[in-house]
Amino acid sequence: MTQLYLEQLLNGIQLGMFLFLVSAGLTLVFGFMNVINLAHGSLFMIGAYAMALISGMTGSFLLALILSLPVVALSAWVIEVVIISRLYTRDHLDQVLATFALILFINEGTTILFGRTPLFLDVPPLLSGSVSLFGVVSYPLYRITIIGAGLAVALILWIIIAKTRLGMQIRAGTTNRETVEQLGVNITRLNTMIFVAGAMFAGFAGALAGPLTSVEVGMGENLLILCFVCIVIGGIGSIRGALLGAITIGVVDTMGRAFVPDILVKFLNPAAASGISAGLSSMLIYLLMIVVLVVRPTGLFPVARGS
Amino acid sequence: MKQKKFSLIAGVVLSVIGGAAALADDLKIGMITTLSGSAGYLGQDVRDGFLLAIQEEGGTLGGTDVDVLIEDDGRKPENGRAIAERFLERDGVEIMTGIIFSNISPVVAPLTLRAGRFYVTPNSAPSQFAGKKCHENYFAVAWQNDSLHESAGLYANSMDYENAYILAPNYQAGKDALAGFKRYFKGEIVAEVYTQLGQTDYAAEIAKIRAAKPAMLFHFLPGGMGINFAKQYDQAGMNDEVPLVVAAPSADINILRAVGASMVGIPNSSHWNHDLENAANTAFIAGFEAEYGRSPTVYASQGYDTAKLIASALAATGGKVTADMDGFRAAMKAADFDSVRGPFKFNKNNHPIQNWYGRVVVERDGQFVNQITGTIVENHGDAYADECSM
Amino acid sequence: MNYTHYSRFLIGSCIALILLPWLFQAMGSSYLISTATRLVIFAIAAVSLDLLIGYTGLVSFGHAAFLGVGAYTVGILSFHAYEETTLMGFSGTLSGLIAIPLAIVLSALVALIIGSLSLRTKGVYFIMITLSFGQMLFFLFVSLEKYGGDDGMMMFDGRNTLPGLNLNDRIEFYYFCLAWFILFFWFCTRLVRSKFGRTLAAIRQNEDRLSSIGISDYWSKLQIFVIAGVGAGLAGALSANHTEFVSPDITHWTRSGDLMIVVILGGMGTLIGPVLGTFLFLLLEEFLPLILHSLGFDLLSEHWRFVFGPILILIVLYAKFGLYGLIFGRMR
Repeated sequence: MTQLYLEQLLNGIQLGMFLFLVSAGLTLVFGFMNVINLAHGSLFMIGAYAMALISGMTGSFLLALILSLPVVALSAWVIEVVIISRLYTRDHLDQVLATFALILFINEGTTILFGRTPLFLDVPPLLSGSVSLFGVVSYPLYRITIIGAGLAVALILWIIIAKTRLGMQIRAGTTNRETVEQLGVNITRLNTMIFVAGAMFAGFAGALAGPLTSVEVGMGENLLILCFVCIVIGGIGSIRGALLGAITIGVVDTMGRAFVPDILVKFLNPAAASGISAGLSSMLIYLLMIVVLVVRPTGLFPVARGS
Repeated sequence: MKQKKFSLIAGVVLSVIGGAAALADDLKIGMITTLSGSAGYLGQDVRDGFLLAIQEEGGTLGGTDVDVLIEDDGRKPENGRAIAERFLERDGVEIMTGIIFSNISPVVAPLTLRAGRFYVTPNSAPSQFAGKKCHENYFAVAWQNDSLHESAGLYANSMDYENAYILAPNYQAGKDALAGFKRYFKGEIVAEVYTQLGQTDYAAEIAKIRAAKPAMLFHFLPGGMGINFAKQYDQAGMNDEVPLVVAAPSADINILRAVGASMVGIPNSSHWNHDLENAANTAFIAGFEAEYGRSPTVYASQGYDTAKLIASALAATGGKVTADMDGFRAAMKAADFDSVRGPFKFNKNNHPIQNWYGRVVVERDGQFVNQITGTIVENHGDAYADECSM
Repeated sequence: MNYTHYSRFLIGSCIALILLPWLFQAMGSSYLISTATRLVIFAIAAVSLDLLIGYTGLVSFGHAAFLGVGAYTVGILSFHAYEETTLMGFSGTLSGLIAIPLAIVLSALVALIIGSLSLRTKGVYFIMITLSFGQMLFFLFVSLEKYGGDDGMMMFDGRNTLPGLNLNDRIEFYYFCLAWFILFFWFCTRLVRSKFGRTLAAIRQNEDRLSSIGISDYWSKLQIFVIAGVGAGLAGALSANHTEFVSPDITHWTRSGDLMIVVILGGMGTLIGPVLGTFLFLLLEEFLPLILHSLGFDLLSEHWRFVFGPILILIVLYAKFGLYGLIFGRMR
C-alpha cells in the first residue's frame, strides 16, 4: 500500500512539473506585460505539432525537439508583432477577446493544414520503458524525463531572473513598468523577447507532451484553465509561485482521482460512489483555488506591484 | 461599382434567408454533424461516407435526385436546434441525418419527428430512443450505444477472463458502455471507475489498475482520450501486465495511426472491418480510398450504410418520402440493401440486428490495422427493444 | 453623443423587434423567429453581465453558472413532473408561475453565496475565482446522474405552461421572451441612472474614495452581483424552455467566455452594446458559413472560424468602443 501512495505522489509531482512547464511562460508574460494570453494553449499545440511533423520526417526525437523550438518562436514572434503588441495598453478584456479570436484562427488554420485526425508521435526507444526507483516503485522513464525537464526549466529561469541583466529588467518591469522605461531600455524589444521566450516554454512543453498525449487540434485548451489555476494560486508573475502552484495542483488532482473513490465507497454503494467521486475529484482543484483566494486574495506568493 | 456591391450583398442575404431555390425539385436531406473540435473527424467521416454513396450513383440516391445540406453543430445543442429548424422549415428537409453526439440528438430528433419527417442516425443512439421513446420514423443505422460494449463483454468471455477492471469517462455514453460490458460478461468486476471527460493524464488510474492486478482491462475512451490513455498505458509497461479488451471506438484506425506499434495485439469488437469479405465492402473501401486518399474509419462505413439504406427505400417508393410516409417507412424497415457489414436487419425498435466480430490489431506493410479473428455473436439486437411499444 | 439619436434608435429597435415575427411570416421564413428568440434570451444574459463588467468594473468569468442554475431549475421541475416523482418531498411542475420565479430566487441565492466569497478578491483574482465557481457548478451538473449527467435531460412535456399563453407556440414564446427582455432592459436603464448606478460608477473608477465617504463598496458590489445573477438565471430558465433541453454545456467556461465576448464586442458600459454584440456574434455564428458558401468559398464555409477569428480581432483593434462606438460615435 505504501508503494501505491509513493507512486501516486510521484504521479502528482510529475503532473505538477508538466503543468509548471506550461505555466512558466504564462506567468512570465502575465506578470511582466500584464497581458492575459488565452492563446498560450495554442502555442503549446504548435510545439506538439511541430514536434510530431518534424520527428515524422526526420525520425529523430532529439532533432525534432530542437527544431520545434524555432518554429514556435517564429509563430510567437509573428503573433506578438501583428496582434499582441497592440494590446499592451488595452485592458484585460480586449486581450481576452483578441486572444480568444486567435485561438479560433489557429485551431481552424491547423485543421485546414493538417486535417482533423490526430498525429502520430511516440516515445523514443531510448526513453521508453520503466526504471526502478528506490527499489520499490517501477516508474516510466519518460515521466522521469519530464520531471527532469521541469526542474531544468525552473533552474534556467531562476538563473536568468536572479543573475542576469535581462532578469533585472524583467523583475523591475514586473513590479514597476515605468522605471524600466525611464532607464532607457528598449521596451518594445524587451516585450517581444519575453513573449517569444514565454511561448517557447509553452512550445517546449507541448513538444514533450506529444509522446504522452494525443496530438490534436485544441489539445492546449483544457490545460490552459488548469495553468491559470496554477499561476493564480501561486501568485501571478512569480515563477516560484507558479512552480509551487503547479505541484500543489498536480498532487491534489492526482490524489483526488486516486483516493476519493476509495474513501467514498466506505459510505456509499460502489456504483454511486464511482459516479460521484468522478465529479468530486474534478471539483477539488477549483475548491482549492477558492479556499486559497478567500484566505489569501492575491495568491500564495504575491508579487508586490509598485505602480 | 456601388451598385455591384449592393447586388452582391442582396444576393447573399437572399440566398441565406431564402435557401437554394434553384434545386427545389430535389429531395432535401439535412445533415447536422460535428466537424469542429477534436472530435471533428467523426463527423467528417460520416459525411464523406454518405456523400460517396451519392457520388457513386452520379448525384442520386436510389435513382432520386438528392440535395444534401450539411452544417456543423459545433457540438452545441442550441446550434443543433437552430440548424434543425432552418432545415425543416426553410429548406423542407424530409430526412434528417448526420448527428454524432448524444447531446445533440435529444434536441434534433424530437423536432424532426414532431414535424413529421424521418430521422436516421448514423452514429449516436442513446437508450431512451431504443426503449420507451422509440418512434416509427426514427431509425438507428449504426448500433444502439450499449451493443458496442456488450459485444466486448462477450468477446472477453470467449477468452475466459475471470475478472475485469472497467473504466470510462463520467458521462452517459460512458455509463452505457460499462453497463453494456457488464450485461454479458460472466467474470467478476474488480472495480468500476469513471474518469473526467477530456482527461489528459491517466497516471493515477494506471497506478491503481496495476495495484488491483485484474485479469483484464476494459475501457471506453473514444477519440483523444483513448490516444492519451493508450500511450501512457504502454509507457507504464501495462500492456504486458494487464491485457486489454475494448470496443471499436477505442481502436479505430485514427487511434491506431496516432499511437502506433504499442496497439498491436489488442483485441477489440466491432460490427465492421476493412477485411470483411463481401462485395459491398470491397467496393466501398476501394471507392473511399480513391476519392479521399485515406482509409475509411468505422464512422465512414456508418455514413455510407446510412446513405445506402435511404437509397434502397427511395428506390422502393420511387423517390417519395413524406408524400408516402407509410411506404417509405416500410421500405426503410425492410432494410433491403447490401450493408458493408454483411447481414443487417432492423429490430422492432428500428435499431439494428447484426453480427459482431472479434478483431485484433496487426501490423501490415508498415500500417497498423485491425484484422478479423472471428464472429463473436450473430444477429445481436439490443437490450431495450422490449421496452419499445412499437 | 446625440441623445435623441440614441432614443430614436431604442424606440426604432423596439418596434422592429415587436414587428419581427410578422415580417418573418410575410417573407415565408418563420423559422427565423426561433433564431430571434435565441438572440433575445442571450441578450438578457449579456446585459446582465455588462452590469458587472461595464458598469462596476467586475470582470466575472463564471456568469454561465447562473444560466445553469436557471435552466436546471426549470429542467428538474419538468423532469419530476414527467416522471411523476418528487424531489425532497416536492413534486415537479410545468407551471411557469412556479418554475420561472423559483429559477430567479435560486439564482439570486447562488449569486449571493458566490458573490459574498468572490468579492473578497480583486482584479485578475476575481476573474479566476468566479471561473472556479463556474467550473464547480459545471462539474456538479455533470455528476447529477439522475438528470442525465453530461448528456443533460429533455423536457418531454414541452415548455412551461402559463395561464392564457401557449409557450409551445413559437410566436407567443417569442413575445414572452421579448417582454422579459424589455422589462429587464428598462429595469437596468433605471438602475444605472439611479443613485445606486452612480455608486457603481464610483466603484469602477476609484474604490478608495468611496469607503472614505462611508459607502461600503462590498455591499454595493454584492447587490449588483446578485442582480446580474438574477438576469442570467432568468435567461437560463428561458433558454431551457427554448431548447426544451438542459445540459451542463450551458455552464461550460466557454459559454461564460461567449458572454464576455459579446459584451466587449458590443461595447461595454452601455446597455445597448451587449445587445448589439449578441446579435452580431450569434448571427455570424449561424450565418457566416452560409454567407461564405453562397459567395463560393466552400473551404472557408466549412472552416468559417478561420474568417470569424480575424473579424473579431479587427473589431478589438480598430473599434475601440465596440459596435456601440461604431454606431453612436465615441462615447456615451
